Amino acid sequence: MRYAMAIDTKKCVGCGDCVVACQTENNVPIGYCRDWVVENVAGTYPQLEVEIRSERCNHCENSPCVRCCPTGASHIVEGGVVLVEHNKCIGCGACIESCPYDARYSHPDGYVDKCTFCLHRVQKGQDPACVSVCPTNCMYFGDLDNPNSDVSKMLATRKYKVLAPEAGTNPQIYYLT
Amino acid sequence: MKEELIVSGRMNPGIDPYLHIWHWQIPLYLFLGGLAAGILFFTALYYILGKEKELPTAVKWANFIAPAALVIGLFALFLDLKHKLFFWQLYTTIRLSSPMSWGAWTLMLITPLAFIWSASYLRELVPKWDWKLKILYDFEALVIKYRKPLAWAIIFLSIILGIYTGILLSAFNARPLWNTSLLGPLFLTSGLSTGAAVIMWMSKDHAERALFSKIDLILITAELFFIIHLFMGFLASTQVQINAAELFLGGEFTVTFWVFVIILGLVFPGILEILELRGYKVPVAVPAILILFGGLMFRFIMVEAGQITRYLY
Ligand code: SF4
Ligand code: SF4
Repeated sequence: MRYAMAIDTKKCVGCGDCVVACQTENNVPIGYCRDWVVENVAGTYPQLEVEIRSERCNHCENSPCVRCCPTGASHIVEGGVVLVEHNKCIGCGACIESCPYDARYSHPDGYVDKCTFCLHRVQKGQDPACVSVCPTNCMYFGDLDNPNSDVSKMLATRKYKVLAPEAGTNPQIYYLT
Repeated sequence: MKEELIVSGRMNPGIDPYLHIWHWQIPLYLFLGGLAAGILFFTALYYILGKEKELPTAVKWANFIAPAALVIGLFALFLDLKHKLFFWQLYTTIRLSSPMSWGAWTLMLITPLAFIWSASYLRELVPKWDWKLKILYDFEALVIKYRKPLAWAIIFLSIILGIYTGILLSAFNARPLWNTSLLGPLFLTSGLSTGAAVIMWMSKDHAERALFSKIDLILITAELFFIIHLFMGFLASTQVQINAAELFLGGEFTVTFWVFVIILGLVFPGILEILELRGYKVPVAVPAILILFGGLMFRFIMVEAGQITRYLY
């Protein structure tokens, strides 16, 4: 089993609903967020190209955050989901330094926190909160090992990219381009 | 034009607008760790070489600085932790892939050894010292009897500790400035150099001072060599590493780095040491303090600048 997400940059309008849904679902402290929306503008006026991306932890297959964690608090569970065990985390910040995507933050309670792929929802057969609220339906979640999952079907038919592949992390959020 | 904006307004403290999760504690910890490693390395080395009489400062006295530096360094590391009550989790596991983990274990081993080593010389330093309990006298005798294996253990651990202070940073491939294997040897050399500077400063004996002055000169040269290689490597590498090098070659860290680390921290004390060896009167404290200051600045700048460097996407 390999959980992954595909996000359609051609459909995303940058409304930020995924951010609010995550904050509500996961009780993210006020002023913090586990996912965010980036607007990337490239080109010379008037030939500008805009790409809008909803970003979060990439649940990297080769995850530097797990490698650098001195206590094993950062670990990988079913489906390749990268989690932090709060009571093992000492808040040393090594994983925050090691993430090329700045996907982690230090929770006001001391431990490090980040996206969990809403594993608590996924285990019940639901989609992650961000995926389920997206008004344009531009996010697809599922198991890459299952060719019939939403995410596998999208990746089979569309062109896609991942962020900073040169970082060697093998990220599992795919952006459909 | 290429512009990237977080339109959902992410402002995670310590992460945005740029990464700044490590503050003064980590560079101080790296500096003190390197300093202790340097002192202990020379202490153990010259003990093994049988130079206890000729080089008393190196073997017997300077090592008293090491346990103090280690304890303060560990305390600084502790201050950096944000989930402090759980710090003992560090010592429930050994994770070889995490430098933070094996570094913490190295410190756990070398700190008591540094204390024991120094304690075995305490009665020479303070002749009136009384251990009060017989068992402590017995322990002292035991340590004195087994100083040789102890010195071997210390020399081994001190090299690991010195390299670790650099590898802690170089293991993070997300920070292009740190992500070079040169950082291990560079931090080790710098740590040895600060250690030699302390011994040189404390020594009352002319021959001993001259020896450590020479050692320091070699280490300073090696350090300059590594730094040149570091920049050559960056400039010949990927865009993110070129950007990292540019922070020091015209970017915001140019003045602090070249003035405080290279000129005041390496070149100038090097020249003073050469002058002293040539017979000019130079107060030994001046080059020693400059080297310590340069070593500290170097770590502050590396930690600070490294956190700004990142991947582009
Ligand atoms: S995105 Fe960052 S936090 Fe998430 S798995 Fe990759 S390295 Fe770890
Ligand atoms: S902050 Fe916590 S999760 Fe991150 S590396 Fe340190 S102990 Fe591991």
